[in-house]
Amino acid sequence: MSALLDIRGLSVEFRTSAGVLRATEELSFTVGRGETVALVGESGSGKTTAALSILRLIPDPPGRITGGEIRFGGRDLAALPERELSDVRGRDIAMVFQDPLAALNPIQTIGDQMTEMLRRHRKVAREEAKERAIEMLRLVGMPSPERLFGRYPHSLSGGMRQRAIIGIALMCHPQLLVADEPTSALDVTVQAQVLALLLELKRRLGMAVLLITHDLGVVAEVADQVVVMYAGRKVEEGEVNDIFARPRHPYTAALLDAARLELSRDGYLPEIPESAPAHPGQAAGCSFAPRCAHALARCRSETPRLEDVAPGRPVACFRAAEMPI
Amino acid sequence: MKGMRAFLRRYGKNRAALGAAAVLALVVLLAIVGPLLYAIDPFDMVGLPYATPFGEFPLGTDVSGRDILAGILNGARISLLIGVTAALTATTIGVALGALAGYYGGLIDDLLMRTTEFFLTIPSFVFALVLVAIFSPTVASVTAAIAVVSWPSMARLVRGEFIAQRGRTYVQACRALGMPDWEIILRQILPNALPPVIVVGSLTVATAILTESGLSFLGLSDPNVVTWGYMVGVARTALFAAPWMISIPGLAILITVLAINLVGEGLNDAFNPSLRGR
Repeated sequence: MSALLDIRGLSVEFRTSAGVLRATEELSFTVGRGETVALVGESGSGKTTAALSILRLIPDPPGRITGGEIRFGGRDLAALPERELSDVRGRDIAMVFQDPLAALNPIQTIGDQMTEMLRRHRKVAREEAKERAIEMLRLVGMPSPERLFGRYPHSLSGGMRQRAIIGIALMCHPQLLVADEPTSALDVTVQAQVLALLLELKRRLGMAVLLITHDLGVVAEVADQVVVMYAGRKVEEGEVNDIFARPRHPYTAALLDAARLELSRDGYLPEIPESAPAHPGQAAGCSFAPRCAHALARCRSETPRLEDVAPGRPVACFRAAEMPI
Repeated sequence: MKGMRAFLRRYGKNRAALGAAAVLALVVLLAIVGPLLYAIDPFDMVGLPYATPFGEFPLGTDVSGRDILAGILNGARISLLIGVTAALTATTIGVALGALAGYYGGLIDDLLMRTTEFFLTIPSFVFALVLVAIFSPTVASVTAAIAVVSWPSMARLVRGEFIAQRGRTYVQACRALGMPDWEIILRQILPNALPPVIVVGSLTVATAILTESGLSFLGLSDPNVVTWGYMVGVARTALFAAPWMISIPGLAILITVLAINLVGEGLNDAFNPSLRGR
């Protein structure tokens, strides 16, 4: 069975006054039907850029897709005319954004924002659209959906707003939901609720989810497949249990150590020293080498390529076979 | 419409704005029914010139013996008509160009904004004067001239609003839902950008009335209608002999323009409650 979404060699550049920034480079991964793939990495690793590029939502200028294909349902979204792309947006692929208040139009009711796209993409009459919106509000676990239908975003709590946004995204029953840090702006307790909701809806509607996150706890809970990004490149990919049990890239290993919140022998929380490079890909060698505990002399002069250490386990590290060290 | 009621309550708290709205309503009412109730042709020489107010004629007569009250009532129609039409036209042009420039940015923005700046560099009154002089003064040409000199500042304002809004996530979310550009511009961003447009639009009415008065003072008004500026212009030769003759239309301009300005400020305060009580 072919993948639902197949990204091959995606490169995105931002032309800024400080020079050309390669936000993602030669990024490839797939999302199968009904599968949940987590795109993991720290701030600036290019994961949000990758997510936005799928629907060509990166602001242009300064951003530009400079190479690669985004194959979805037999078409290349990167080359699709804007007109045809807007039919895909919202209907086949929907997005959920990080900040639930900012993603809603402050002066339109929740109901209006929910029914609008249903009426556009599915040519549904007003009355039926309203019924389906109320049904969706109930599905995302909103209390008294009939009343919420006519409410404005500011009168909802953060968790309720994110539920509403998920509701809006799912109105047209998309095949793929791209969720960019859907729980980062929420309280921890609400985070768990929203995640559980996402999983439940995914199961019910049979859609695939591409989850962008830096939260490995979230990944462990919901993902089937994990793609780890560093400085715009994929550095490791694998099935979720495998990644957590045996990370093959030192960066993944360091992330997992940091996420466990266990004190090290000298009584400190583990951390990854320094921060990610602002302009990746300019210096020679592996872009993680300056922060890597296991770097060799070779790592600083030569860029490691993605190679399978096991079937379905591509890793970009010279020492992948030795990991974990 | 709970929002509307809250808005009106905030507006009502501003006494000056509330009074100004009442005055403005009165001016509009006089403009509509005045000439019907007081049906005297403002161009007719109805009596002796220089008649003082509160005599045979409620507000006296001018240098040619024409009824001043009739002139004021008919002039109110013209002033408001030109002011509102010119401001609406200017707002429409300004919003359209500003929205396109702000939303799309890049080359479109450069092109539209350089054009806007070109218009802004010409002193607006002189520009209006030249336009009216070229196209012989009629109500339509005066209105058009005022609109032509008034839209650039609106275009800049709207552009700024659109630039601020287009980067917001809800706009990106709308695009992610497959909404076409025109719909995002008209139905999503424009309503959010409307408050400052309404405020500046109402102030544009006041400026338009002033410009119109200035033009007709200089004799550049439609010869078939009486305007307040024209009355001031005619009466200036009798400034010392009959000061009421120039004061009455002058006062009419002052009151109307002041009322519109105060209403505009009241709207501004009501739209931005956080700015009140500075």
